[in-house]
Amino acid sequence: MENQIDYQKIEQRAKTRLKIRNAAVYTLLSVWAVLVLFPFYWMVLTSLKSYGSYNAEYIPKFFTLSPTLQNYKDAFTTVSLGRYLANTLLFTLVTTAVMLVVITLAAFAFARLEFRGKNLVFTLFLALMMIPNELVIITNFVTITDLGLRNTFTGLILPSVTSVFYIYLLKENFALIPDELYYAAKVDGTSDLRYLRRVMIPICRPTLITIIILKIIECWNSYVWPRLITDDPDYFLVSNGIQEIRENGFGRENVPAMMAAVVVISLPLIVLFLIFRRKVMEGVARGGTKG
Amino acid sequence: MEKRNLKGWLYLLPAILFLGCFMIYPLIDVLVYSFEEGYNSASQTFFGTGMYNYSYVLHDPYFLQAVKNTFILVIVTVPLSTGLALLISVGLSSIKPLRELYQTIYFLPYVTNTLAVGLVFMILFKKTPYSDGLVNLLIRAFGGSSVDFITGPYWAKMFVLCFYTVWVVLPFKILILTSALASVKQDYYNAAKVDGTSRGRIFRRITLPMISPMVFYLVITGFIGAFKAYSDAVALFGTNLNAAEMNTIVGYIYDMLYGNSGGYPSYASAAAILLFAIVLTITCINLLVSKKHVHY
Repeated sequence: MENQIDYQKIEQRAKTRLKIRNAAVYTLLSVWAVLVLFPFYWMVLTSLKSYGSYNAEYIPKFFTLSPTLQNYKDAFTTVSLGRYLANTLLFTLVTTAVMLVVITLAAFAFARLEFRGKNLVFTLFLALMMIPNELVIITNFVTITDLGLRNTFTGLILPSVTSVFYIYLLKENFALIPDELYYAAKVDGTSDLRYLRRVMIPICRPTLITIIILKIIECWNSYVWPRLITDDPDYFLVSNGIQEIRENGFGRENVPAMMAAVVVISLPLIVLFLIFRRKVMEGVARGGTKG
Repeated sequence: MEKRNLKGWLYLLPAILFLGCFMIYPLIDVLVYSFEEGYNSASQTFFGTGMYNYSYVLHDPYFLQAVKNTFILVIVTVPLSTGLALLISVGLSSIKPLRELYQTIYFLPYVTNTLAVGLVFMILFKKTPYSDGLVNLLIRAFGGSSVDFITGPYWAKMFVLCFYTVWVVLPFKILILTSALASVKQDYYNAAKVDGTSRGRIFRRITLPMISPMVFYLVITGFIGAFKAYSDAVALFGTNLNAAEMNTIVGYIYDMLYGNSGGYPSYASAAAILLFAIVLTITCINLLVSKKHVHY
């Protein structure tokens, strides 16, 4: 009889402890979630306030009763936000497309073809992964300047169309495809290029999509290279655009309009992320870094 | 066979061309630049070779300031962000409901433009004639006195930079650690439970050793990333980082290369190689330490 009571007490105590722990965990997680979300909330909120009402608030309000879209109109008319967006879109699409061709061909060569010096070249490629961008960017800047490619899309795009890491990622994936498929295709008289297009690429689509998403994020956020290579606002990407807007866009004090521009710039990637949430997180876990 | 050889190289050709032009050649060239004294980028001439560029950079107060800033940033943010990420990931993996929602929220900073969101942080921390900014109002509400975090004292600016850096790097670390935690076999936990092991002990003796390779991976990439900090600082303090005393080593390199103080690729190269040497040394130390403490 006594034993039973003891068990109940122990169970009771364990339950309370579990509840307390859960409460603590949820509090911690929620605090960080608020810290993460708050800047986003603040930028949307501020972008909806009118210029006058924003500056009239000495103590900023946490909500607005008279939201206005005027700031968004300003963002597209007073400064060339539309142009920056179009530039970035073009830059992202072309860079990603060219890169896909280059890395697919290289990965195919490493995974499927036999030729002399393959292993040596592959080792060299892997060694290149350790080279930081800062080291090579100086000469690239000089090269592009000497070629007269500053303030052109070619100059912006050229240095970022290869990635050793993505070649490596894709090559590993290609290597998983059984050789029998290749031999069967050879017997049927399929050419290598056709085999690559019809068999390997479809099979490795998940990896390719991962690479595409990672590259798009990278392109959309790239700042250093575009800043070095462009000083003509006609060729600014969004990162430089927002810097330009900040320094001499609306006049320093028009914060709501600035925030509207920030919202417009942030939105595409957030939407992309919410659509492909699983893919993006999987891809970043496999091969992403931020830096 | 000859034909097959040719074919392989043909497929590799675009990659090799691009890598050769924009990675291998620059790598050699940057070394050459760093030893050419008095290089003039307009006439492309120089009048000697030697260590002068290095000595100039090492005596440049702006560079020393940048090194100091970068080291503070590294020493503060790497342990802090790794620890926080560990805490949050352990919390995340101990709950079931809402976990997906939290994970999605935590990942958001990764997909945002650093420059754009940095502007929001600037607004939150900045003190203007119109308003003290939200953070200062909070400080005042708790009885402190307001500080200008963006153009004010050094420690305040450093605080914002560190805070923003942690905010930016945390998503990646949380993601890696949650997947590492999920991959620890449930059997170990069950065995420990049968033995009546306490939770703290389970964490120290099972969880931590099992995820230690990933933690060290994060520490190493964290060090490398933090040493290359630059755009976070630009986002908060604008492009003239030297004036704000908030320059980083990478920022110093770009300032030497281009902009108002630019036009000195030799100094930039010397600084870049110094940065590379620092990062390489720290990474080697990290690897040595990890050999002792990481269980594979």
